[in-house]
Amino acid sequence: MAVEPDLKIELGKQGVFVTTLNELYNWGRRNSVWPMQFGLACCAIEMIATTMARYDLARFGAEVFRPSPRQADLMIISGTVTKKMAPQVVRLYNQMAEPRYVIAMGACAISGGPFKQGYNVLKGIDRYIPVDVHIPGCPPRPEALIHAFMTLQKKIEAQPLTGEARPRHLNAEAQGEFPVPVPSAHDLEPPVNRLVWPLPVPSQGESA
Amino acid sequence: MKTSEQVLSDLQAAMPGVKISLLANPSPSAQHSLLVAAEDALRVAAYLRDQLGYDYCSNVTGVDWLDKETTEKMKTSRTVLKQVDGVEQSVEETVEETVKRIEPGYLEAVYHLFSMKHGPTDPHPPLVIRMRTGNRGDAVELPSLTPVWRSAEFQEREIFDLYGIVFRGHRDLRRLLMWDEFEDHPMRRDYMDPDDYEYEPTPHDEVLKRADQQRLQAVQGGAQ
Repeated sequence: MAVEPDLKIELGKQGVFVTTLNELYNWGRRNSVWPMQFGLACCAIEMIATTMARYDLARFGAEVFRPSPRQADLMIISGTVTKKMAPQVVRLYNQMAEPRYVIAMGACAISGGPFKQGYNVLKGIDRYIPVDVHIPGCPPRPEALIHAFMTLQKKIEAQPLTGEARPRHLNAEAQGEFPVPVPSAHDLEPPVNRLVWPLPVPSQGESA
Repeated sequence: MKTSEQVLSDLQAAMPGVKISLLANPSPSAQHSLLVAAEDALRVAAYLRDQLGYDYCSNVTGVDWLDKETTEKMKTSRTVLKQVDGVEQSVEETVEETVKRIEPGYLEAVYHLFSMKHGPTDPHPPLVIRMRTGNRGDAVELPSLTPVWRSAEFQEREIFDLYGIVFRGHRDLRRLLMWDEFEDHPMRRDYMDPDDYEYEPTPHDEVLKRADQQRLQAVQGGAQ
């Protein structure tokens, strides 16, 4: 149950602060999202620039980049995910504690990008792990990453603590561990986790 | 200027009986290369480094040459029975026949050599040497030139990975880019990549066909 904004302002004038547990909880969560220190390719340079003085991602609560997945809340997939690297990315994601979020940064991370036709490039990390925010760009500018971060904050803010739409860490039955693909003779096995990445329906599939 | 031809004659003078030939490049760059037989390659490489000053191997790469089918028109004569003026006679006749020949393909390793000692000027322009395997299947061994040029180590590993040339005498011949369990050689021209590409939002032609196939498979897979 949300507090009526007018009532909130009126009470605020009288020196009374009213909020809901949900709001307070999410306010805390969204303002302390610590990303994992983890860069894959040229997008990582933009990610580093975002954290530096000019763009200063710390203003948004991403205070420190944690070098351990155990202490991180956000994984920024910054760059091309090769098929050799993909199992390690999924493993790192599995090692992160809930609540955890993923930003797929740049053309490569969301679809393979310019290397899509390559024999060794994964065509989007969302084939194996759930991605919260996708950013296009090659590479995206720091402003784009900040925008993605703010989008993620809005998403966290809107999460209810109960009901179907509650975040995974409040749902005991939610899937916590995602299968790590195994490198095999011709491709990764399985090539895609269908639970996370259902087959997109072609928009012009009339001829089928 | 010491051209590839001069290097070739130098080599032939220094090592009589060495199996080496000039591969002409007909393009304007005219960067000819030397084709070295695998069994002589180490000797030749050592001579190039120690005597001619090619002390820097900047690049090693592979080339895949598929089986080549050539057609050739041959004139053959044969005797045919023919009706000439109502009488059956045997007549000599020349017939043109097209003969198809298949030249077996091979894999090639190409080394680009420079001289640090003398610099990139005359008389030491960059030199290109090549080695060829017997075929693309079971005779894919070549001698490794890492004992002569250490810088070839990673690049030979890369060729082993992507083309499947096995370098004899390489001290650490493992895959470089692909994972160890991988079995194909992706830079070979007959490599088929796995059908894992995400098709376009508006697929057409070949992509639409594959998209429909995948959709059908998913529907059948979901029924199980």
